[in-house]
Amino acid sequence: MAIQWYLVVSAFVFSIGAAGVLTRRNPLVILLCLELMLNAGNLALIAFSRMHGNGDGQIFAIIVMVVAACEVTVGLGVIVAMYRGRVAIDVDELRELRG
Amino acid sequence: MAEAFFFIAAIGAIAGAIGVVMLRNPFYSVLALVFHLLSLAALFLLLRAEFVAAAQVVIYAGAVMVLYVFVVAYVGGADEPLGAETPALRIASPVFAGLLLAELCIAILGSGLKALDGEGAPYVTGFGSPGQIGELLLTRFLLPFEVASFLLLVAAVGAVVLARRRHGIDAPLDRPRPAATGTMAESVGRRGV
Amino acid sequence: MSPTTYGWLTLAFPLAGVLAIALGWRILPWRAAGWIGTGAIFAAFVSAVGALQQLQERDAERRQLTSSLWDYAVTTGVDGRLSILVDPLSVFMILVVAGVSALIHLYSVAYMASDEGYRRFFAYLNFFVFSMLLLVLAGNFLMLIVGWAFVGAASYLLISFWYRRTTATQAGIKAFVINVLGDVGLVLGTYFIFKHSGTLDLLGTFDSVTRDFHRNDGDLVAGCVLLLVGAFAKSAQIPLHTWLPDAMEGPTPVSALIHAATMVTAGVYLIARMHPLFEQAPAAADVGAVIGCLTLIVAATIGLVVTDLKRVIAYSTMSQIGYMIMAVSAGAYAAGLFHLMTHAFFKALLFMAAGSLIGAMAGVQDLDRMSGFRRALPFTYGCFVVGGLALAGVPPFSGFFSKDEILLLVGDRGGWHWALYVVGYLGALLTAVYTFRMIFRAFLGDPCPEAAELERGHLHHAEAPTNPATGEVEDTGVGFPGAAHHVAERALEMRAAMGVLALGAFGLGALQIPKVTDVVDTFLEPTFADSRLYTRSPSDGLLAFGLVLGAVVGIAGIAIAYRVWVARPGTAAAMRERFSAPYRLFVNRWWFDELIDAGVVRPAAWAGRFAQQTFERVVVNGLLVGGATGVVRAGSAAVRSAQNGYLRAYAALLLLGVGGLALYFLIAAS
Repeated sequence: MAIQWYLVVSAFVFSIGAAGVLTRRNPLVILLCLELMLNAGNLALIAFSRMHGNGDGQIFAIIVMVVAACEVTVGLGVIVAMYRGRVAIDVDELRELRG
Repeated sequence: MAEAFFFIAAIGAIAGAIGVVMLRNPFYSVLALVFHLLSLAALFLLLRAEFVAAAQVVIYAGAVMVLYVFVVAYVGGADEPLGAETPALRIASPVFAGLLLAELCIAILGSGLKALDGEGAPYVTGFGSPGQIGELLLTRFLLPFEVASFLLLVAAVGAVVLARRRHGIDAPLDRPRPAATGTMAESVGRRGV
Repeated sequence: MSPTTYGWLTLAFPLAGVLAIALGWRILPWRAAGWIGTGAIFAAFVSAVGALQQLQERDAERRQLTSSLWDYAVTTGVDGRLSILVDPLSVFMILVVAGVSALIHLYSVAYMASDEGYRRFFAYLNFFVFSMLLLVLAGNFLMLIVGWAFVGAASYLLISFWYRRTTATQAGIKAFVINVLGDVGLVLGTYFIFKHSGTLDLLGTFDSVTRDFHRNDGDLVAGCVLLLVGAFAKSAQIPLHTWLPDAMEGPTPVSALIHAATMVTAGVYLIARMHPLFEQAPAAADVGAVIGCLTLIVAATIGLVVTDLKRVIAYSTMSQIGYMIMAVSAGAYAAGLFHLMTHAFFKALLFMAAGSLIGAMAGVQDLDRMSGFRRALPFTYGCFVVGGLALAGVPPFSGFFSKDEILLLVGDRGGWHWALYVVGYLGALLTAVYTFRMIFRAFLGDPCPEAAELERGHLHHAEAPTNPATGEVEDTGVGFPGAAHHVAERALEMRAAMGVLALGAFGLGALQIPKVTDVVDTFLEPTFADSRLYTRSPSDGLLAFGLVLGAVVGIAGIAIAYRVWVARPGTAAAMRERFSAPYRLFVNRWWFDELIDAGVVRPAAWAGRFAQQTFERVVVNGLLVGGATGVVRAGSAAVRSAQNGYLRAYAALLLLGVGGLALYFLIAAS
């Protein structure tokens, strides 16, 4: 398959993830959509790595995975802390600026 | 043959993505993401990145998603209505996402990215194998490798600090979880707890 | 020392007097302020005499000297210097001003002795004399305008001297506002002239007037008419005269000095000084002559019917200034200035005597309540008679010669000036009538209670001090007149000053007896050497006719006054019945105040209210200020709405930015 197919799939997944970030209110789901976007980036990286024929893209993708794991860890920790502190798990409620 | 696999995996990935966004129960969203990740691993394999595919399944779907599952079980969150509150945002978000998609596709498929070579480089044995990855990690990308491990340490410490219990283990029970989020009480058959 | 040095000294002494009194009033004893003030003006008079003497030693052609103290703003296109011009005209004026002022200061030492504001009075008075001297010594338009403005300010300060009296402060404001109108005219007139002449210096402007302007040039006529506006405001000519009667709210020495002898003559001086301009623009000069004539007759008619003593003398001043304005506008410069000098003497004398009479009446100025002071106030009576005879123009008093010469030269111009001649003699008749009406009513007849009291040796005091105009009760603290009242018979300083003035009123006519002496004419010759109208020899027939007519008119006026108010006491009331319409016109002062109120004051007040309520509130505050702030506020509100706290909004902005960047690179790459 030509590389463009993989890139199109990556584009689809990325935009679906973006829509999800803008639409959902549960911070957990927002983080999940963030994961979607990161994975789309990973796919694009691997595709380009295949295109060029060297492994740099794959290394990049592994590092991205590491970063995603760290980010998920910290983000979920924050959400747990929010839950423990009886703060509402809803990003629309979490605002102190009023504009 | 490869095309068929590709389309199956691609449709699976996109379906999983749509499921993450559109399913109202957060637990189902997590499961949809897991499905998406596995499809993506298949795509990686089609692109001859074996190690990355394996890493994806083991690390991403295996560890990170498990973490997600635990937290969703703990925190939960009720089924929320789909879409944004205000009608304007409800329309604007899909439109915006569509525009983004269009832009990216134009970029990819149009004459913009001239460097895209359709078929890719000729296959070299050992491409994408653990050996090659390891060699690259320890020679050319040593610094990112070390920094990444440091980052993991910091994240772990941070998570513990953020989520620690502040009042000791004998603190009164946190507020009861809302119903239909998979509480233990429901699972053993007690309703209305 | 040169004449200009004496000129600077003349200015320096009153200025030093002001500063000494104003800065040292805490440490100086009470009386010192009066003597410092008087001494300063006497010193100024001595300097003026010195200047006169030095000037006369020079050749006739070289008697116009300028001296500049400092270059204030000298650059291309404008030359503003602090310069004075010492020439026969200015020396004449400073002699008159300093001389009469010195005598009035002496009078005030006694008259204002019990006033709480004694020191302030002398500081103001010295400041006024300084300003007036600056005005007449000015060597360029800049100093003239400065002196003009200072004189107006001094007049305001002195009219509202008893500042706790509302009538006085209102009169001061009225005088000041009308004066400012004149100031505007003066400045605009200067501009019109400066536009062509390119120099502010007086002599420089006069030298080039025939080159810069053709005869009756539009700009020159406009400039001269605007200068006339200034002159009319300062000299209380129609229609800017309404402030002068009200200015009688000031203390009597103020009325004597400012509103008889000096400030009101500034307009006459202005026209005489600017004679080259006026001769090149005869249209403007004619306007001056007509207004002067109009004023003299209108003021004379009003003087016939007013009953406030000081206001009679005020309207008489207005009328006599009308003569002077008419004279200098018609080219009779020396005659007008001679009348200025004689008028200064006899009018100041009349005011001083009036002050003494008012003192005997314990502050009451109503002529209806005065009578029979002949035996109680003999010296005052004598001064009134001397001054009255001079004012009425009875030979051999000075007023006869000066007034006569004016009318002679005006008539000599011929043409439509004959009308001014006739009106002038009519006015002289009325002058004699109202002057002696005042004197006969106040001094002849049976003594009124206050006069009877004074004959027994006790000066009358009112139970409670009251405002003579409105009758409201006052106290005698600062801002109000003092407790004691002074009459000339009991105050040496007052008698000394009045005596000198009486001598002058009687004897100054000798300076300019026709065909015998012409001291004033020859003295002022160098200033007016460039005038076409100065040297004229009217026919002897007209001269003789005028002299006889003047004497007849003066004596006839006295006789009429005697008949109406002394011999047949009911005549005045009967005439009031018969001529009720003219009587009403005169008593209401020809309704000038009402006309000005309706035509100028009310529209101005309306415009002010409109500006404040509509324009200021709606347009400036609402539209401009509110609009500007509203725009800023709306803009910042729009920008602020981006910080609304919604996570998803921020995420949207982020993705928007990424998309925009990608679009940019996409377009750049294609």
